[in-house]
Amino acid sequence: MMKRDACLKILARYRTDEIVVSVYTGAFEWKKIAPSPLNYIGVGAMGQASSHGLGLAIGRPDRRVFVLDGDGSLLMNLGTLITIGNQGPKNFYHFVIHNGVYEVNGSHPLPGEGKFNFAGLAREAGYKHSFEFSELQDFERRIGDIVKLEGPVFVCVNVEKGEDYAMNWDYIHGPEQRALFRAALAPTNPK
Amino acid sequence: MTNTPQLKGAAIIDALKASGIKIIVSVPDITTSQGLLWPIARDPFFRHVRVCKEDEGVSICAALSYCNQRALLMIQNTGFFDSINAIRGIAAEYHQPVCMLIGLQGAEPDIIPDQSPKLSINTVGPMLDLLTIERHWLRETAEAAAIVPAINKAYATSEPVAFVVGRSPA
Repeated sequence: MMKRDACLKILARYRTDEIVVSVYTGAFEWKKIAPSPLNYIGVGAMGQASSHGLGLAIGRPDRRVFVLDGDGSLLMNLGTLITIGNQGPKNFYHFVIHNGVYEVNGSHPLPGEGKFNFAGLAREAGYKHSFEFSELQDFERRIGDIVKLEGPVFVCVNVEKGEDYAMNWDYIHGPEQRALFRAALAPTNPK
Repeated sequence: MTNTPQLKGAAIIDALKASGIKIIVSVPDITTSQGLLWPIARDPFFRHVRVCKEDEGVSICAALSYCNQRALLMIQNTGFFDSINAIRGIAAEYHQPVCMLIGLQGAEPDIIPDQSPKLSINTVGPMLDLLTIERHWLRETAEAAAIVPAINKAYATSEPVAFVVGRSPA
C-alpha cells in the first residue's frame, strides 16, 4: 500500500502550471508538498472538489486542472461523475485518494468499503480514461504518461496515512488563499 | 375585469444576456421548465451545463467566477433545500458570487410567496434572508428589470444573489 504523501510527492513532480483542487487532509499535505498560488481549496461543503474543478476546467480550457478528491468526499457527490463524463473536459484529471475511511471525522469506514470500485464507476460514467493504483512503484512508473492523456481522466490511488502534516483549518477556510488564487488566475496573468 | 400579471420568459433571458451570463448550470424545475429552461437549452448563446444535483452547480458557478465567467444556477425550491449546505458554505460564508434562479414548485401566482400556507414556498425567502443572500421576486415581467443590476452587484461585491420565480414564465 502506498503512503498518501509519497504518492502526492510523485504527482508534484509532474505539476507545472496546473490548477490543483484539493480538500481536507490532502489539501494540508499538498500545500506543504507543492505550494503554489494555483492551489485551490475545494472546501466549504464536503464532496464538492470535482465540481469546483469542473467549473475551473470549463472556465479555463487553456489550463489543466488536477483534482485531489477524497474517497468519502466523492461518495457524497457521486453524480459528479456523470456530470463530468457528460461534459467531457479534456483538461480535467480527477485523482481520488482512497484510504477507505472518513479520516477527518474520526476514521469511520466508508459505507460499502471493499465492495465497490471507484475506477469502475468513473469508467462507466463516461470518463475517457480510468486507472487504479495500489503500489507506489507502479504509480511512479505510469503517472507521467497518464497526465499527458486527454481528459477527463480518473485515477484512484489506494493509500494509507503517511507522515503527519500541520492542519491549519483557518487557512483552508479563510479568505486569503481564495484571494491569492483569484489573483493568480486574473486576466493579467494568462498562461 | 382584472389583468392577470404576466411573466415573460423572453424578458428574463434578455436580462441574463445583458448581464453577461453565458453559462447556465441547471437541474430542471417545473415552474421554469417551459418558459425559461427549454428556450435557454436551445439558445446557442448559452453554454448549458446539466448537473445531477444542485450543490454541484453551486460549486461550478463559484469556480467559474475565478475565471471571469458569469454563470447562473437554475434550480427548483426543492433543490434549494437539498443544497443548502453548499449555498451556506460556498456562496454565503465564503462570499462568492453565486447567482441562483429558484423556481417555486407549487407556488400560487396570486399569493406573495412569503405568505403562502405551504412550507415549501413560504420558507424560501426567509431562508435566503437568514443566509444573508439578496433576493428578488420574479412574478411579473417588470421585475426582470432587477436582474442586470443585481447580477452586476453580485460580481462587483463578490456576494451571492437569488431570483425567486413565483409564476411560470410565458
